[in-house]
Amino acid sequence: MKILVNGTLCDTTATDLAAALKDLGYGGSTVATAVNGEFIPVSLRPDSPLAEGDRLEVLAPMQGG
Amino acid sequence: MLSVYGTELRSRLMLGTSRYPSPAVLAEAVKVSGAGIVTVSLRRESSGERAGQAFWSFVRDLGVRVLPNTAGCHSVKEAVTTAQMAREVFGTSWIKLEVIGEDDTLQPDVFGLVEAARILANEGFEVFPYTTEDLVVADKLLAAGCRVLMPWGAPIGSGRGLNNLFGLKALRAHFPDVPLVIDAGIGVPSHAAQAMELGFDAVLINTAVAQAANPVLMAEAFARAVEAGRAARKAGPMEPRDLAVPSTPVIGTAMLR
Repeated sequence: MKILVNGTLCDTTATDLAAALKDLGYGGSTVATAVNGEFIPVSLRPDSPLAEGDRLEVLAPMQGG
Repeated sequence: MLSVYGTELRSRLMLGTSRYPSPAVLAEAVKVSGAGIVTVSLRRESSGERAGQAFWSFVRDLGVRVLPNTAGCHSVKEAVTTAQMAREVFGTSWIKLEVIGEDDTLQPDVFGLVEAARILANEGFEVFPYTTEDLVVADKLLAAGCRVLMPWGAPIGSGRGLNNLFGLKALRAHFPDVPLVIDAGIGVPSHAAQAMELGFDAVLINTAVAQAANPVLMAEAFARAVEAGRAARKAGPMEPRDLAVPSTPVIGTAMLR
C-alpha cells in the first residue's frame, strides 16, 4: 500500500498507524502524528487504520522562535 | 516575581532557539542570559536523520522550560493541530500560538488567532498568543481564555524595535494586570530596555541574539538590558519636558559679568 509520509510517497505493508511508524523506521522516536490533517495521539495509533493514499505527517522537536 | 498561568518565571527574558551558529553557542547563550523559558517548534522528522530526536535531547539538557510555537501555521486548523501535536511531544499545555496572516510581515491573522485561541483554551491549553497591539483583539483574546498576551514590537526577525509606541503604551495602560510579553522585532538591548521601561513584563528574543556576531555576549547584554529596564520601570522614570531645566541649582549663582 502506498501512503504519503511527510509529503513523500512510501510503501508499507502495515495497516495501522503504530505498525506503520515501526515499518517506516520511527520505532522508539519521540514524534507526533497526524493522518489526513487530524492529530492522532500515541494511545490511538494502534487503533488507527491506514488506507491507500493517506497523508501521514510525522513531526518532531525543532528549533523555534 | 512574574507569574504566568500559575508558574513563577525566574527571568523576564525568554529566548528562541533558532538560527544560532551551533548548538554549543545556543546552550551558552541560554546559560548566560538566565532565561528560564525557550521557544521550540515542530517540523517533519526524517526516519533516517532523526534530527528532531537529537535536538529534543539537547533541549532537555538545557534545564529550562520549553514554550512550543505554531510557527508557519496560516490557518486555524493548522495551528490547532500543531498545538495538539506539540502538547504530546513536549509534554506541556503551553503553546505560543501563531496564526500568520501575511508573509512579508509575518503579521498575525488576528481573526484566526482569536478563533484558534478559543478552541485551544477550551481543550485545556495555556495559550500565549502572538498578536498585534490592537486593543480590541487583545480584549477578545482574553475573553477567549488567554491569560497572557504577546504583542509584536515589529515584524518577526526585523530588528526594528518598538514600531508603535503609542499603541503599545495604550495596550499596557488598558490591561495593567495582564502579563504582556513583547514577542517580535527587538533588535538591540536598548529596545528590550525600552519595552521594560514601558512596563512590559518580559521580552522574547531570538534573531537579535542568534544572529549577533557574538551571540553569547549579546545574550548577556540583553539580560542586563532587561534587568535595567525593569528596575527603571519600578523606579518611576521622570516625565520628559520640552524645555530645558537646569539641574544645577540657580540660587547662589555668582555674578561674574
